Amino acid sequence: MNRYPLWKYLIIIAALCFGVLYTLPNFFGESPAVQIASVKATVRADTGLLSRVQDILRAAGIEQAGATLETVGLNPTVFVRFRDEDTQKRARDLLEQKLNTDPSDPTYVVAPNLVPRTPKWLQAIHALPMYLGLDLRGGVHFLMQVDLQEAVNKRLQGLEGDVRTLLRDKDVRHAGIAREGESLVIRFRDPAASAQASGVIHDAFADLALREDSVGGDAVLIATLTPAARKATQDNALSQNITTLHNRINELGVAEPVIQQQGSDRIVVELPGVQDTARAKDIIGRTATLEARLVDVSPEGQAAVMGNAPVPFGSEQFTVGRGAPVVLKKEVIFSGQQLQGAQATFDERQQPAVSIELNESAGRYMRKVTRENLKKPMAVVLFEKGRGEVLTVATIQGEFGSRFQITGLGTTQTANDLALLLRAGALAAPMQIIEERLIGPSLGKENIAAGFRSTVWGFVAISAFMCLYYAVFGIVSVLGLAINLMLLVALLSMLQATLTLPGIAAIAFTLGMAIDANVLINERVREELRKGAVPQQAIAQGYERAFATIIDSNVTTLIAGVFLFLLGSGPVRGFAVVHCLGILTSIFSAVFVSRGIVNLLYGSRKRLQSLPIGQVWRPGGAVAGAKG
Amino acid sequence: MEFFRIRRTIPFMRYSLFFNAASALTFLIAVGFLIFRGLNLSIEFTGGTVMEVSYRAPADLEKIRSAIARLGWGDVQVQSFGTASDVMIRLPPRQGFSSGQQAEIVMTVLTAEPSPGEAPECAGLHAAYAEFVKHPQVERTIEASTALLGRQRELAGRCAEMRRVEFVGPQVGSELAYDGALALFCVCIFIMLYLAVRFEWKFSVAAIVANFHDVVLVVGMFSIFRWEFSLPVLAAVLAVLGYSVNESVIIFDRVREHFRTMRKASATEVIDSAITATISRTIITHGCTLMMTVTMLLFGGPALHYFALALTLGICFGVYSSVFVAAAIARWLGVKREDLVKPVKKEEQQVVP
Repeated sequence: MNRYPLWKYLIIIAALCFGVLYTLPNFFGESPAVQIASVKATVRADTGLLSRVQDILRAAGIEQAGATLETVGLNPTVFVRFRDEDTQKRARDLLEQKLNTDPSDPTYVVAPNLVPRTPKWLQAIHALPMYLGLDLRGGVHFLMQVDLQEAVNKRLQGLEGDVRTLLRDKDVRHAGIAREGESLVIRFRDPAASAQASGVIHDAFADLALREDSVGGDAVLIATLTPAARKATQDNALSQNITTLHNRINELGVAEPVIQQQGSDRIVVELPGVQDTARAKDIIGRTATLEARLVDVSPEGQAAVMGNAPVPFGSEQFTVGRGAPVVLKKEVIFSGQQLQGAQATFDERQQPAVSIELNESAGRYMRKVTRENLKKPMAVVLFEKGRGEVLTVATIQGEFGSRFQITGLGTTQTANDLALLLRAGALAAPMQIIEERLIGPSLGKENIAAGFRSTVWGFVAISAFMCLYYAVFGIVSVLGLAINLMLLVALLSMLQATLTLPGIAAIAFTLGMAIDANVLINERVREELRKGAVPQQAIAQGYERAFATIIDSNVTTLIAGVFLFLLGSGPVRGFAVVHCLGILTSIFSAVFVSRGIVNLLYGSRKRLQSLPIGQVWRPGGAVAGAKG
Repeated sequence: MEFFRIRRTIPFMRYSLFFNAASALTFLIAVGFLIFRGLNLSIEFTGGTVMEVSYRAPADLEKIRSAIARLGWGDVQVQSFGTASDVMIRLPPRQGFSSGQQAEIVMTVLTAEPSPGEAPECAGLHAAYAEFVKHPQVERTIEASTALLGRQRELAGRCAEMRRVEFVGPQVGSELAYDGALALFCVCIFIMLYLAVRFEWKFSVAAIVANFHDVVLVVGMFSIFRWEFSLPVLAAVLAVLGYSVNESVIIFDRVREHFRTMRKASATEVIDSAITATISRTIITHGCTLMMTVTMLLFGGPALHYFALALTLGICFGVYSSVFVAAAIARWLGVKREDLVKPVKKEEQQVVP
C-alpha cells in the first residue's frame, strides 16, 4: 500500500529538474558591465555602435568579457561585460570620453551596471536569477499621482475652441459658450439654431453627448464628454505620461527602470542603482515642449547653414541628428498643446508615415501656412531644458488642415519613434510625487545578508531538531523542506517576481510553517504506532489522516496571503507573493515528495518490523521503534 | 526521543475559567492602550519623511536633535537604529517642501561640521554637498551631480552618509491605513466563513474570537511598548492570524473525531482529550516556526526586527489562545455531539436488476 505508481515518481523527478534548472541562475553571480544607450531621439544604438565600442576598447587594450546589443524596454542598448570593477570603471571613463565628444551635449548615456553571469543555455529557457526589489539592490522609488481631472479639463478646453470654430464655420448663431464643471453650455437666442447646432456638433464630434435644455427663456445645449470618451481621455493621458517618463528616464541611463501604472491614476517609477534622487526628480519633473516651425530657405538662412554668414534676424539655428545644422524661423506654426494625436501609419504607397491630428484652431492656421509655403520644408522641434532638438524636417506637399501625414521616414521604426516623441513631448496631465524611497546600495547588501543569514540559521536549527527528534523520518522531512526551498526559489526566479526584504522573511517564515506539515505527519505516524499499528499501516494512516489537517491549515494561511497580496503594496506585496507561493510548494513537497521518499525507502519492504521515527513512547512503559 | 510522555488526559478545561478571565483582562488592557495611547505608526501610515544616517562612530543623538530642532519643524524624532552609529530621523510632513527636500536640508545641517570618527577629507565633501543643494533643482548639471556622486563613492564608508530616505504623502498614508484595516477585516471574515463551512458556526466563532484576541494582544503590545507599527508588521500580524487559526482547526478536528469515538464522554472530557492528544504536536510545530522567527529576530538586523517580533509574539499567543481560549469558548457556546457528528443516513436497501 505504500508504493507510488511510476507517474508519481516521474512528476517528482520533473519537479526536481525544474527546481534545479531555475534555481541554478542564482548561483552564477553578476559581472560588472557598462551599458550604452542613446539619449537623443534621433540616434539609436545599433550594431555600428557595438563594433565602434569594441574597437575603442581594443585600441586602448581594455580586456572585455563579451559585448552584446540588447533591447531594454524600447531602447536598444549595448552591453559590454568586464572581468572586474576596476576594468569596468576604466572602460566607462574611456567610452564616456570617446563617445560623447561634446560633454555639454552628450549623445549617449554610458552607465555602469551589473549583469547576471547566467550561461547562454539557461538564458535560452528564461532561467534568470531572482529579481531583487529596491530594498535589496538600492535605488529610488517614486509614486506619482496623475491629475486626470486636469487632462479632462484640457480636453474640454480644446473642444470648447473647436465647437466655437465649428459653429462659426457653419454659420450657426449662438449667444455664448461657457465651461461649467465638466460640461460645455452653449446658449442660443433662437431654438431653431439650437436644433441646427445640435445636428452639426453631433456629426462633427462623436465624443460629445448633447442634451437640450432651456434657461431663462433661452435655448441651451449642454454638451458633455461621453463616458467612453472621458475614459479614453484619461487613459490616453496616463499612457502618454508613462511614455514621457520612459523617454526622460532613458536619459538617466538607469540599467532596468520600472515604470508602471498603479491603480487608475498612479504611476510607479523605480530606478535601481540611482542614488541621486534630486537629479532623478529634476528629470522626471521636467516639462518639454514641442513646436513646428518653417525652415528658413532664404539665401541668408542657407548661408548661415553653410557657416558663411550669421543666422538671420527672426531665425534660429538648431541641429538635426548627429549635428547637421538647420536654420528655422522663430514663428511657431503649432505647438505640442495643440497636438491631439500622432500615430505611426503607412501612406498610400505603403511607406511608413506618421499621421498627425491638430485641434481646429491650429488646423486653420496650418491651412494658411501650407497654402503659402507649398514645397517648402517644415521642421518639428522638441525643447527640453531650453535646448531644442529637431526631430524631423519634411517638405510641405499640399494644402492641409488639422489632419496630415509626415511621410518619407524610411523605416517603421523611425515612424514609431517620431509618433512617440510627438505624443510624449509634453505631459498630458500634471503629476505629483506622493511617495518616495531612496535606499543606499550598502543598505541593500546588508539587507540581503541579514535575510540570508536568518533563513540559513533557521533552516539549520530546524534541520538539527528534526533529525534528532524524528531520526530517518526527520531526515526525510528536512529533505522535503530543502526541496520546498529550492522549488520556491525556482518559482520566484521563473516568474521574476520581485523579491523584497519582507519577501526573504516570508521564505524563512514559510519554511517554518512548511515543517508544520511534516511534524503533523510524523506525529500521526507515531500515534498510529503507539496504538499498535504495523509500520506499513502506520505510514499509510499517518499520511492519510494528516492530509486533511494540512489542507485546512494551509487554506486559512492562504486566505491571509491572498488578501495581503490584494491590498498590500510595495514590499508587503513581495511578502504576500512569496507567502502564497510558499504555501503551494510546501503542500507539494511536504506531502507528495516526502511520501515519495518514504515509499521508496520502506514501501517495498514486506517484513518491516519497526520504523526509524525516533522513540515512540507508550503509556504502558514499553518502547516501540527500535532505533529510538 | 520523545518530549511529551503524557499518561492521562490533562484537564485543560478545569482551569478554563481562570485563563478566560486572564485573557479577558489582558484583552481589555490591550484595547485600552490602543484607544487611549494609540499606535506608534510608521510614516507609511502617517505620512512624512524618514531618513537613516550612518555615522562612523557612535552618534551623539542630543547634538543631532538640537541641530534639527533649530530648523523649527516641530515634532522631529531622532533615535538610534540597530547600532549606536546608525540614526533614524523622522520628520513630520510639512507644507511647502516637496518630497526629499526636507531630507536634503537635514543632511546639510548634520554634515555642516565634522562628526566623530570621520576622515578629514569628508569636510570637503560636506561643503560640496551643501553648495550643491543650494542650487534650485533645475540648475543642477549632470556634471556637478556626477562629480559629487563620484566623490561620495570614493569616500564611501569613511564619512557620514544618508543610507535611506522614505517620503510618504499624507494621502497615501491614510490609504495604506485603510487598506490595512480592510485586509484585516477581510481575512477575519473569510477565515470565519471557511471554518463555518468546514465545521459549524460555534467553532468558527470560537476560533475567530480566539484569534482576534491574539491580534489585539500583539497590536496591543506594540501600543504598550511604543514599538513602531509599520506595514511589514501589519503583514506579519495577518500572516500569524492565518497561521495560528490552524491550531484551533487541528484541535477542533480532534474534538470532532473524539466525539465520534468517545460516545459516553461529556463535551468537557472530549475537549480535554482532544487537546491532550494534540498538545505535543502543537508545541513541536510552533517550536519549529518559533526557531525561524527567533533566528530572524537575532540575525535579521534592524529592518526585520519588529516584523520578526510581531511573528514571534503572534505565534506564542496563537498557541495559548488555541489551547485555552478557542476550545473554552466553543464549550461556553455549548458544543454538542449532535453539532458535529451528522447522523448517518441509512441507505435504503435496493434490489438492482
